[in-house]
Amino acid sequence: MTPALELRDVYKSFGRTEIIRGVNLEMTAGLRHAIIGPNGAGKSTLFNLITGKYPVTRGRIRLRGEDVTHLRPHQINRRGLSRSFQVTNLFPRLSVFENLRCGVLWSLGYRYSCWHFVNGLRDVQERTEAVLEQIHLTARRDVPAGVLSYAEQRALEIGIALAGSPDVILLDEPTSGMSRSETEQAVALIRRVTAGKTLVMVEHDMSVVFDLADRIAVLVYGEIIANDAPEKIRSNAAVQEAYLGTAQATA
Amino acid sequence: MFELVFFSLLNGLVFGMLLFMLSSGLTLIFGMMGVLNFAHAGFYMLGAYFAFTLTGYLGFWPALVLAPPLVGVVGALVERHGLRRVHRFGHVAELIFTFGVAVLIEEIVQAVWGRVAKSYEVPALLDFPLFTLFETSFPAFKAFMLLISVGIFVFLFFVLTRTRAGLIIQAALTHPSMVGMLGHNVPRVFMAVFGLGSALAGLAGVIAGPVLGTFPGMAQVLGSIVFVVVVIGGLGSLTGAFVASLLIGILQTFAVALNYSLTDLAAAVGIGLSARSAFADLWTVTVAQVAPILPYLLLILVLIIRPMGLFGTRET
Amino acid sequence: MSLAAAPTARRTAAGARHYGLWLATAVVLAGLPQVFASPIAIAVMNKMGIAIIFALSYNMMLGQGGMLSFGHAVYFGLGGFIAMHALNRLAGGPWALPVPLLPLVGGLAGLGFGALFGSFSTNRAGTVFAMISLGIVELVASSSLILKGFFGGEEGISGNRTKALVLWGIRFASDVQVYYLIAFWAVAAAGLMYAFSRTPIGRMANAVRDNPERAEFVGYSQRTVRFVSFCAGGFFAGIAGGLFAVNYEILTEEAVGLARSGNVLVMTYIGGIGYFAGPIIGAVVFTFLESMLSDYTPIWLLYLGILFLATVLFVPTGFAGVLMMHEPARRAGRLHRLALPYLGAGLVALVLAVGLVGLLEMVHFWSAAAVGRTRMRLFWTTVDVTSLVPWLVFAGLAVGGALALRRLAPRAAAAWNEATYGREGAAS
Repeated sequence: MTPALELRDVYKSFGRTEIIRGVNLEMTAGLRHAIIGPNGAGKSTLFNLITGKYPVTRGRIRLRGEDVTHLRPHQINRRGLSRSFQVTNLFPRLSVFENLRCGVLWSLGYRYSCWHFVNGLRDVQERTEAVLEQIHLTARRDVPAGVLSYAEQRALEIGIALAGSPDVILLDEPTSGMSRSETEQAVALIRRVTAGKTLVMVEHDMSVVFDLADRIAVLVYGEIIANDAPEKIRSNAAVQEAYLGTAQATA
Repeated sequence: MFELVFFSLLNGLVFGMLLFMLSSGLTLIFGMMGVLNFAHAGFYMLGAYFAFTLTGYLGFWPALVLAPPLVGVVGALVERHGLRRVHRFGHVAELIFTFGVAVLIEEIVQAVWGRVAKSYEVPALLDFPLFTLFETSFPAFKAFMLLISVGIFVFLFFVLTRTRAGLIIQAALTHPSMVGMLGHNVPRVFMAVFGLGSALAGLAGVIAGPVLGTFPGMAQVLGSIVFVVVVIGGLGSLTGAFVASLLIGILQTFAVALNYSLTDLAAAVGIGLSARSAFADLWTVTVAQVAPILPYLLLILVLIIRPMGLFGTRET
Repeated sequence: MSLAAAPTARRTAAGARHYGLWLATAVVLAGLPQVFASPIAIAVMNKMGIAIIFALSYNMMLGQGGMLSFGHAVYFGLGGFIAMHALNRLAGGPWALPVPLLPLVGGLAGLGFGALFGSFSTNRAGTVFAMISLGIVELVASSSLILKGFFGGEEGISGNRTKALVLWGIRFASDVQVYYLIAFWAVAAAGLMYAFSRTPIGRMANAVRDNPERAEFVGYSQRTVRFVSFCAGGFFAGIAGGLFAVNYEILTEEAVGLARSGNVLVMTYIGGIGYFAGPIIGAVVFTFLESMLSDYTPIWLLYLGILFLATVLFVPTGFAGVLMMHEPARRAGRLHRLALPYLGAGLVALVLAVGLVGLLEMVHFWSAAAVGRTRMRLFWTTVDVTSLVPWLVFAGLAVGGALALRRLAPRAAAAWNEATYGREGAAS
């Protein structure tokens, strides 16, 4: 079965600094994957490579079997891959509803149309309302995104990534900066909305990771040192030494 | 022929160094603050007009000393009370603001000094031909202009590389936020650099006024060329500004001196081009007539192919 | 199902309001020449109509798309030139065009050049885009002296609109007939531009303006979105240019110049770039001041410049923004509370303005007047600029007005706060 996402011998250098050194990774379709690793390991860089923001120095990236290594972000997105950002990256002057609608438009095939009126498009309205429901922001639909609370913005972040019904979803530290209860809500949301899809998540919160993930990959200094089921990762000696040593107490 | 080349080169050098005096201030301001100061040529104009008025009361030499700092003060005030306010709205808002300042300066000059060109004369002390070659003479005042421009270049080089303030400015050119975090009063540095840049532009106006003319349109004439120089040289790079200034200065001067057209070129190869065809305009236009367009063609080409210019390291 | 019903009802009411507004506008525009019938008024209204279309087209790029262009006059002017050439070359022949179609020719020309220049301009936004636009406008303006066949050199290109194909007996010989043509195109163009902002591409233009990176991550190429906005802006600018050609029957190189580009930036900005109607307000105000002020003072452009800079510094949302700022107070019925504080602040601002204007006018007169002339007409009285008295009076007015404004402006702001948010501090 074709992996949803595949990285083969991926290297990335910025100038003379090598950040990603020969990453080989396969994400099975329909499962929830987490990428963990110490700070500076290159997790966000990996996301930026996959989504086309940075070009790879060497190597191949395949999305459902198709080579997407040198495609631009919008081209990759159109093939069914979507991402959220660690630092909130919304359309601040547009309302919550309009933010989500932006995520919906291309996926429903409206492209650069200048002959449809968005307010009259049934399918766009319904899909946007549905996502709005899912992220529990229906009451805030007309509020400009820039004035939302932090947790609401994080929920909107995830919402925009989901709005286009992507097959593969990349979430970059979705619960960063959240309190205990907000994190629990976010985890429930993620579990609900990623049912049946492939999720790849970068996370620091180990409880979230072990709660949600079917597979965990460990990235240390630009290399994958393990990629396995949670129990195996928990007992992996190399991982414990490199990373889980101090987190053992909280997991 | 040699006469043409020699004097074109010399005049090109003078013009190029003048452009450098203008573009150095602009590139410093851009490099540090990220704002492309549309009003820069306006300060050039203010320098000329201030010097003209001061010359009337005190003579040329006191005016030469007093006018540039006066313009610098105006610049610092504009930064302190205007630009700083607009800064938080982003680069587009800053550009619109400096555009507004440019318009305002031009209108104020017209309101206060009138629309007619002013007879801002070369001072008697320098009003003689320095040397004469074949039949063309080279005015001493132009040599003086060259002297001042080179002096400014040396001064800038010295200040930026040998003094502490200069090192801070150099650092802020590429890493402004880091410099702020190192404890330097960045807003004050910005104001000082803006004032210094404006003063340099003013000085350029003081010495160029008698030669290039002192009239309300003088800012527009040079304004766009200075932008071309700064962009081609690389936004934020003084070396780039220097190279590009000389390049454009010499290129323009040579082009203006050449009166050959495509028709002449074709004739030299034995082809006669009809002067009445639909494209007659294009065949008969001379290099001299095309000269004003060349910088803008170059600007567009550079912005498409290599937006960071010859020596620049960033685009914005 | 109740959730779906409420929005539909809301939409129907809003829809009726929308169409009602457009209809009312059309009716008002049709009636204006009856009210303001003098030739000067008609000429000014024609100028306003053209400016409205031009400013709206500019805001498609600036306000909607976040692209600051210094070269928008290129599409306006080239559209006008091509329309003029079409009129001249095709008149009397098998392809002769009627006057009402000439703006469309201009529009298509504007679209064509927009696509041409936009193909390389829209790769980047921000400062680089602004610089490229500056290069383009200077390039075109400079070529106007070289390509004499197209631009007509110093005299420009002129034409005669009565020579065009005549439909239904309308020869467009009078300015009033041209007014109705301009009014028609203004409503049509504004309607189309408004509709554009409600389409997927129009909405994504806003998104790309706010966050181009995120727009890419929802499937839209920021280059393509900007390119489409740019072409659309060029199209409508070309329509305005075509109307300009019809109205004035002559076109010179200043139509493609930097000054005209600057003017449209100024009028759009003072109107308010964040609102659809902003450029309309700005175009009307700018044209009015341009036409009327020049009769009273030679330094009217200075006042416009001060107005522009004051807008940039103190009221960046423009006239439209200021109007919309009072919407919550109006809805809460507390607008009347602003009457007194605004009146007070307004009066002292007026005093300050009179003082400044007096000083500026006197300075200008002093420097520009012929030798020996010392008396000027200022504010309906005669003033001797060599005497100290008027200087002191106006300086006093200016300083006094400024000091008083410093005290009364915060009170007006507090009154606005109270009217908008209510005494309890909650927004309603």
